[in-house]
Amino acid sequence: MPSQSNQAVAETLIAIRDLKVHFNLGGNRVVKAVDGVTLDIYQGETLGLVGESGCGKSTLGRAVLRLTEPTSGQVLYRNKDLAQLSGRQLREQRRHLQIIFQDPYASLNPRMTVGQIVGEPLDTFRLARGREAEARVQELLETVGLSKRFIKRYPHEFSGGQRQRIGIARALAVDPDFIVADEPISALDVSIQAQIMNLLKKLRREKNLTYLFISHDLRAIRHVSDRVAVMYLGRLVEIADAKTIYVEPLMPYTKALISAVPVPDPEIEATRQRIMLEGDVPSPINPPSGCPFHTRCPYAIDVCKEVVPQLVEIKPAHFAACIRISPEVPHIEDVPPGSAPGLESHRG
Amino acid sequence: MILLEVRDLRTYFETDDGLVKAVDGISFQLQHGETLGIVGESGSGKSVTNLSIIRLVPDPPGKIVSGEVLFKGEDILSLPPDAVRRIRGRRIAMIFQDPMTSLNPFMKISKQLMEMTQLHLGHTRSQAYEHAVRMLETVGIPDARARAGSYPHEFSGGMRQRVMIAMALSCEPELLIADEPTTALDVTIQAQILELIKKLKQETGTSVILITHDLGVVAGMTDHVIVMYAGKIFEQAKTKELFALPGNPYTKGLLRSVPDPTAEQGKLYQIPGLPPDVAHLKPGCPFADRCERAEDICRREFPPFVALTPDHHSLCHFANEVYAESIQSSRS
Repeated sequence: MPSQSNQAVAETLIAIRDLKVHFNLGGNRVVKAVDGVTLDIYQGETLGLVGESGCGKSTLGRAVLRLTEPTSGQVLYRNKDLAQLSGRQLREQRRHLQIIFQDPYASLNPRMTVGQIVGEPLDTFRLARGREAEARVQELLETVGLSKRFIKRYPHEFSGGQRQRIGIARALAVDPDFIVADEPISALDVSIQAQIMNLLKKLRREKNLTYLFISHDLRAIRHVSDRVAVMYLGRLVEIADAKTIYVEPLMPYTKALISAVPVPDPEIEATRQRIMLEGDVPSPINPPSGCPFHTRCPYAIDVCKEVVPQLVEIKPAHFAACIRISPEVPHIEDVPPGSAPGLESHRG
Repeated sequence: MILLEVRDLRTYFETDDGLVKAVDGISFQLQHGETLGIVGESGSGKSVTNLSIIRLVPDPPGKIVSGEVLFKGEDILSLPPDAVRRIRGRRIAMIFQDPMTSLNPFMKISKQLMEMTQLHLGHTRSQAYEHAVRMLETVGIPDARARAGSYPHEFSGGMRQRVMIAMALSCEPELLIADEPTTALDVTIQAQILELIKKLKQETGTSVILITHDLGVVAGMTDHVIVMYAGKIFEQAKTKELFALPGNPYTKGLLRSVPDPTAEQGKLYQIPGLPPDVAHLKPGCPFADRCERAEDICRREFPPFVALTPDHHSLCHFANEVYAESIQSSRS
């Protein structure tokens, strides 16, 4: 796999350190949307961030770009701490960091033409003006597979997939290094999803981009990502390369998540054993004590209610946050009932 | 035994942009106890098909211009409105994508469930209440008796969809139409709801029409599938047959453009272009502009609905060839 050989030499582009985003709802109620996330995103990779609604994945994506102000922690971009930058410095750095949004209907100004939308960042960052800017906009439209004749048209004249292309062109206008793609295909039809995924992959190759690809769609995540991070109630619970996490997930939550994905093959579906989770995702306002997953986990034991599990490298480059497994006993099926081999490392 | 037979159904919408033929001459049958999947992308007409069957097409701008919907031999389209109301909810029940918009936010869950059986089955208040609690238990609402007095906003999305299912099944309908029932839900909750529908179907023998854009859901849930595109049925077959041996280029393209989480994949196949504007369809096949094997005839003449086997049909000038290729590649 090319991603792994890349990883050996890859440098960290974005380093997230103990990042927290808490929202105060008043009356002592706090939503810990992101609660202590530490994560490296390597130059040139696509890191897939997957989780169910309310797990904090979009908030994490926004906090990395400081579109949402973090409560604490650090985000280092090429070793510069974004959280420490002043408004002007931050703006300068932001040029390198862009975002593509989920809803192509809400993220484009309906009163601006496509040319104005895609050209605005060129103006904001004083990258090009007049003729030069126009030529650049045309080039950007062609890069994302839109005709340059569209330049004078308005967003409402386009379909969802085309609008998402406009959003991508706008993000590319400033020649970024890093793009947060926040559910970029969720609002699109199946045939259009494939087009946008292929476009994002092509652009990454051609422009040497790095993506944080956020999605609840495990099929899409598997397809576009080199590595995958799984998030649950504000915390990362497992990280591994994309293939490993699908073939050999370690966390009970990841196992359930992957087994829940419908496979487009009736023969497989007919014989498949699903791990059914009981109940709903708990409210992030009042998350469970200890391991946030213990209320739904088929393997939970009493101590899981007390100890907050940390991400541990269970296998090479494969991290999981579960006290019931350890590098010596990586598979929970092999763990004797009631024992928690990973507990040592958490107490020590 | 045939439970539902749709014959040459056409539902058109009068819009500023012209006449939209949302559903344009579709026919299919649903056998008793079966699950039929209807797949398609947005604008393909799959939801309008469902609304037409239960006569809920907003009129104006919509109008069912022709066809028959035979429910146990009785044409729903020619029944008087009050007869339709007696069927809807009682014998044909529906669940929709967004349970929040289908539940009354000002009414207790118990009351909403009770209305169903009081109206359709003539239950007394106390009978209806007990039945409501039993239904909530059946669909897996924990602590059902206590939660029955709650309002919809006090439930999560998954729980609300369970309530919708409880409501839909409370009069033991013969047919359940589920229109994207899990699209708004998380994947672990989706798995729960689909499992619940399967289980209840087995227990009650209800037939199901499942409308979805998700081929994975179709693969796991249905006996037969209809693939819709631009208001037409492009392909229909038994589910296993359709996935193994697709006989239509559109179906083939759709199947190839879904990433398979169990397989290693390079570049994902993509169907080029955009779905057509159904208000301004050109002559010929509506998929021709996006089809990699289209020839002149496809842009000139509307394709025939070819019977590949007695229960496998495809709308394509080259249906036999496409089918033969599928057979070929399944052997290699």
